[in-house]
Amino acid sequence: MTTISAPRSDPGSNGSRAHAQLERYPIMRELPDDGTLTTQLLAPLWTSHPAWKWLFMASGALSLWFLFAMGVTFARGIGAWGNNIPVAWAYAITDFVWWIGIGHAGTFISAFLLLLHQRWRASINRLAEAMTLFALVNASLFPILHLGRPWFFYWLVPYPATMGVWPNFKSSLPWDVAAISTYFTVSLLFWYLGLVPDLAAARDRAPGRTRRRVYGVFALGWHGSGTEWRHYRVAYTLLAGLATPLVVSVHSIVSLDFAIAQLPGWHSTIFPPYFVVGAIYSGFAMVLMLVLPVRHVFRLHNVITRRHLDHIALLLLVTGSLLAYSYLCEAFGAWYSGDLFERYTMLTARTRGPYAVFFWIMTAVNVLTPQLFWWTRLRTNVVVLFVVGVMIWIGMWLERFVIIVASLNRDFLPSSWHLYAPTWVDWSLLAGSIGLFSFLFLAFLRWVPFVPVSEVKREQREIAFESAYVDRDGAMPEVTR
Amino acid sequence: MTHPRLAAEFTTADALQAAVDALAREHYRELETYAPFDMPELDAKLGRRRSRLGWVVVAGGLAGLIIAYGIQWWANVHSYPLYVGGRPAHAVPAFVPATFEGMILAASLTAFFGVLIVLRLPKLWIPEDEIDGFSRASVDRFWVTANHFASDLDRDRAAELMRSAGARRVIVAED
Repeated sequence: MTTISAPRSDPGSNGSRAHAQLERYPIMRELPDDGTLTTQLLAPLWTSHPAWKWLFMASGALSLWFLFAMGVTFARGIGAWGNNIPVAWAYAITDFVWWIGIGHAGTFISAFLLLLHQRWRASINRLAEAMTLFALVNASLFPILHLGRPWFFYWLVPYPATMGVWPNFKSSLPWDVAAISTYFTVSLLFWYLGLVPDLAAARDRAPGRTRRRVYGVFALGWHGSGTEWRHYRVAYTLLAGLATPLVVSVHSIVSLDFAIAQLPGWHSTIFPPYFVVGAIYSGFAMVLMLVLPVRHVFRLHNVITRRHLDHIALLLLVTGSLLAYSYLCEAFGAWYSGDLFERYTMLTARTRGPYAVFFWIMTAVNVLTPQLFWWTRLRTNVVVLFVVGVMIWIGMWLERFVIIVASLNRDFLPSSWHLYAPTWVDWSLLAGSIGLFSFLFLAFLRWVPFVPVSEVKREQREIAFESAYVDRDGAMPEVTR
Repeated sequence: MTHPRLAAEFTTADALQAAVDALAREHYRELETYAPFDMPELDAKLGRRRSRLGWVVVAGGLAGLIIAYGIQWWANVHSYPLYVGGRPAHAVPAFVPATFEGMILAASLTAFFGVLIVLRLPKLWIPEDEIDGFSRASVDRFWVTANHFASDLDRDRAAELMRSAGARRVIVAED
């Protein structure tokens, strides 16, 4: 056992107390040798947690309920939902935008932060990427269910049909198809490529022939030779570089579904950046909701330290503040435009209309709660982080609900105004999608190495190297990132 | 031959690096290293160049860009132009999102399948698999193997360098 401590530095010279406090929370703590670390991180693959089975079955049951609600939608059509005219989008699109937004934090952590050499990402990136994939599975289901005749969803793909009819690429729907299918494919490839060295470790450590064979198939015969690493490194970084503009483009395209329509409350140029920021914000909230229990149950305090929690909280503070600024700009733009309908929707209908209570809850939660994270103590308090994560997670769902329903239900013509209320099918689809997410995520925790073993070992070596350097020269290297 | 001619096992990355340094200093460069994590610091010593996969990916991305734009042009301008509200059939800005996504998709597929092809993965077997305990190379052991030597003397010198760098064991294959 070697103890890797944070580099020593004089808190006085650095000025802030917060910095001094963080110095006590290095990226990794009490790191064992490579063999013990591998055993620790792969242990969840060989033994099942007693509660796992029950949670897995419960989430499986909820997923079956999801399937049932989908069946009802298929059989009875959109009429089974609470949708009406003018509120034609409602829950399905709210759930779609919500889930796809959640997916964005995974790519942000694994790709953006990799390119920026943010070391702390190493221990949580696999988990966040899995979250992206499973959120995308849910996200892609809702627009298909909403098609009316979902069994014709392939009409959105430009396949050579005998009738010679093609999708209309001037509509935002084929853009969505291109964006979501690309995003899912690239996320899957990136996630799997990152997994290969760890699957090889699982293959070589697996007890029993069957597991060795299964992991062996997925490890593709990886041996970790210098040649392999040389090409692998480039491919992995390239995928990160490609995923980075992709993640920005995906939610921008989703926002164009709204922005290219002429409805007051949607027709705004601020939508792409506003949506991207909101997406990353909601995703980080969900990362907290997943990382905190996983860290507790599997005792990963040595690789997911308070430093990680602090950094996620800081990112919530940053994206939350950017989102608050977007809310302000949106309202200001409506007022400054002088347009009667814009002003009515943004300034009257939202704040005093039938859905005003959701608007105010959403504003309070999304704008005020992240401001707690100006305090280091709160940024590293597990209970506060979890509660705030859940609040933002719900707050961001409400944001999409307000954007969609509160804009649609009162459009240009007061005689066509109509209120919206969800039916049990709407609720079942929302709850069922959470069930499916949990089901997939629990399966991932049981059978896939969810902390990148190889990357953590690499980080450990670099930190040890730099600590030795500090000991010799007393200088402060860049380990604190 | 079912065995590398010379193989040495190390317990730390530092020892592996020391061995590679020592071997490279005496011009043994046709070596293969095995480590549980990426060690780019070894590449310069062994004269390994940066992978040129990037250029293949650029080509893949460009192909994706052209194909994606081409499909949209073919569908909406050539094959089935749809005139709604006086908008042009060839609407360049409206074709941008799907073109961009097509480029990223093709580039990513090229990167992923490119690395598999270059490395000839999936790979069922390599000679090193015959060494007892070699599988720990993916966990906590570091290996250097070499196959090409001018003479037995040359090989023994390499084995000696590996031992003095702190090899846990050195395996010399009998011809």
